[in-house]
Amino acid sequence: MREKSISENDIQIPMKIFKLVFKNAFRHKLRTLLTILGIAIAVIAFGLLRTVVTAWSAGVEASAADRLITRHAVSFIFPLPYYYRDKISQLPAVNEVTYANWFGGVYIDKNQFFPRLAVDVTTFLHVYPEYLLSKGEVADFKRERNACVLGKAIADQYDLKIGALMTLEGDIYPGQWEFVVRGIYQPKFSTTDASQMLFHWDYLNERIKRESPVRANEVGWYIVKIDNPDNSANISQRIDALFKNSPAETKTETEGAFQQGFLSSSSAIITAINVMSFVIVGIIMLVLANTMIMSARERTREYAVFKALGFSAGHLTGLILGESLFISMLGGGFGLAMVFPLVKGFEQAVPKGFFPVFQVEPITLILAVSAVILIGVAAAVFPIQRALTTKIVEGFRFVG
Amino acid sequence: MNSLIRIKELSKSYWRESLEIPVLKNINLNIAEREFVALMGPSGSGKTTLLNMIAGIDKPTRGEVTINGMDITRLGESELAKWRANNIGFVFQFYNLIPVLTAFENVELPLLLTRLSRTERRKHVETALSIVGLEDRIHHYPKQLSGGQEQRVAIARAIVTDPLILVADEPTGDLDRQSADGVLNLMDRLNSEFGKTILIVTHDPHAAERAKFMHHLDKGDLIKSDTRRE
Repeated sequence: MREKSISENDIQIPMKIFKLVFKNAFRHKLRTLLTILGIAIAVIAFGLLRTVVTAWSAGVEASAADRLITRHAVSFIFPLPYYYRDKISQLPAVNEVTYANWFGGVYIDKNQFFPRLAVDVTTFLHVYPEYLLSKGEVADFKRERNACVLGKAIADQYDLKIGALMTLEGDIYPGQWEFVVRGIYQPKFSTTDASQMLFHWDYLNERIKRESPVRANEVGWYIVKIDNPDNSANISQRIDALFKNSPAETKTETEGAFQQGFLSSSSAIITAINVMSFVIVGIIMLVLANTMIMSARERTREYAVFKALGFSAGHLTGLILGESLFISMLGGGFGLAMVFPLVKGFEQAVPKGFFPVFQVEPITLILAVSAVILIGVAAAVFPIQRALTTKIVEGFRFVG
Repeated sequence: MNSLIRIKELSKSYWRESLEIPVLKNINLNIAEREFVALMGPSGSGKTTLLNMIAGIDKPTRGEVTINGMDITRLGESELAKWRANNIGFVFQFYNLIPVLTAFENVELPLLLTRLSRTERRKHVETALSIVGLEDRIHHYPKQLSGGQEQRVAIARAIVTDPLILVADEPTGDLDRQSADGVLNLMDRLNSEFGKTILIVTHDPHAAERAKFMHHLDKGDLIKSDTRRE
């Protein structure tokens, strides 16, 4: 019955070690389940917070490098004269110029928020090719003065179909405004905002001319499509130079910088959320480390037995690291599975349009999985070090 | 008779700050193959330390421990681990079975370090468990066994790789008289029937009587050796 050939490469050992890892992990069921639950909650919180952060900066992500935004130099809320359009268009390297006004207004009630923009229908969709409409929808949109197009997310939320009538109560531009839905655009990219309402600037301007002539022929901002993103700084300077010392000086910047400007006011909050998401990872690392330290301490004698029987440092490392990774991955997997429905629920709970794009980004998943693995490895370091450095005879004397 | 175990000028000391505390002092001892040896002595006499050195789980401060021609004090940790896996079977006072593994799985543990196939391992485990009379308890967990049965599983684990030497530290220390007798009978049988070299450390004269040789230690010195029976 004697067998002399010893091999640590036997494929059966890892399988047996995994079996032992599984059994060890559930030796204290309540403790393990609470740890798994803790990791799952941490991963959910991490996923949710990271999704908020990415959603917050989705506008920047969605920005095109070849689009510049020209606005009033003092503030975004001050309008620019309509005639600036022609001057900007004449600059070399400018491919197309379009414009938009922030309409505001109330649809149904004040809680129903989504961006409503008066746009130049002839040029806007050229400059924003990521809003996908059929040729028929584009034609219908252009033909009718009070036509509007909606992002798919808004159309779905309010169950608005082609031909539906929408009545908005104006605030910036007072009065009742009636629109007919002539198109529902699909977002081309996952980061494209599908929660906007676009309608004819002419429709707005004609009524303003009648009701408040001093506010007529005003544009909220210009969107300038340029031929080469590398020239953006130069073209921006040239645009702003055109209106230097005029009553409405301009500030031109890339679309990304323009979006970033909106975020800067809330950058402290975003930073805090970002930091908090990683603090959560740190806390749960300590929770798992505590569980693993307790488990390893309780098994000091058993590790001494394994060593006495001839099991190597690699085997013990596999046993402890395996258990730590098993628990962290179980918790992480459960947490990640719960992130998607919870993010969906969160998205529905906040007003539509608050986060135009609210979805779990691949980078969030990558970070969460990396964090789970990191937690599993880090939590095992101290127990492994202790198990390997404790002498066999000391292990046998250990009373836990 | 050739000695299987040769211990030459073996000393072991522990240090408390700068104070040297000798545990074993210049021990010389030879043990032949197939012997059944008891190491006796009061607490702190160094008997467990001596057993640990012979088993390769502790290292001496000075001296040599040569087993089957190999001075194991010169081996590194990983070499020593492999040597133990091949040559030593351990029986402990508190059994030291892995509680989440069945009797079968506990006995199988040392075989995981061999190249034996699953079928061969099963055969070896069943043989070992039948030798200790627990073939009907293979799927029981340690908590489902009595103390005596647990110790017999531990003995099965110790013999399953067919080691050169079986070392037992107070193997009956935690058992009632009847269970202790069962374990001692089994060790007797392993020695006489299977030719195992057995070293036990015990306080219990009743247990020591089973050994052919008794070595008495006191305060780290080997003070007396007796032949108990043939």
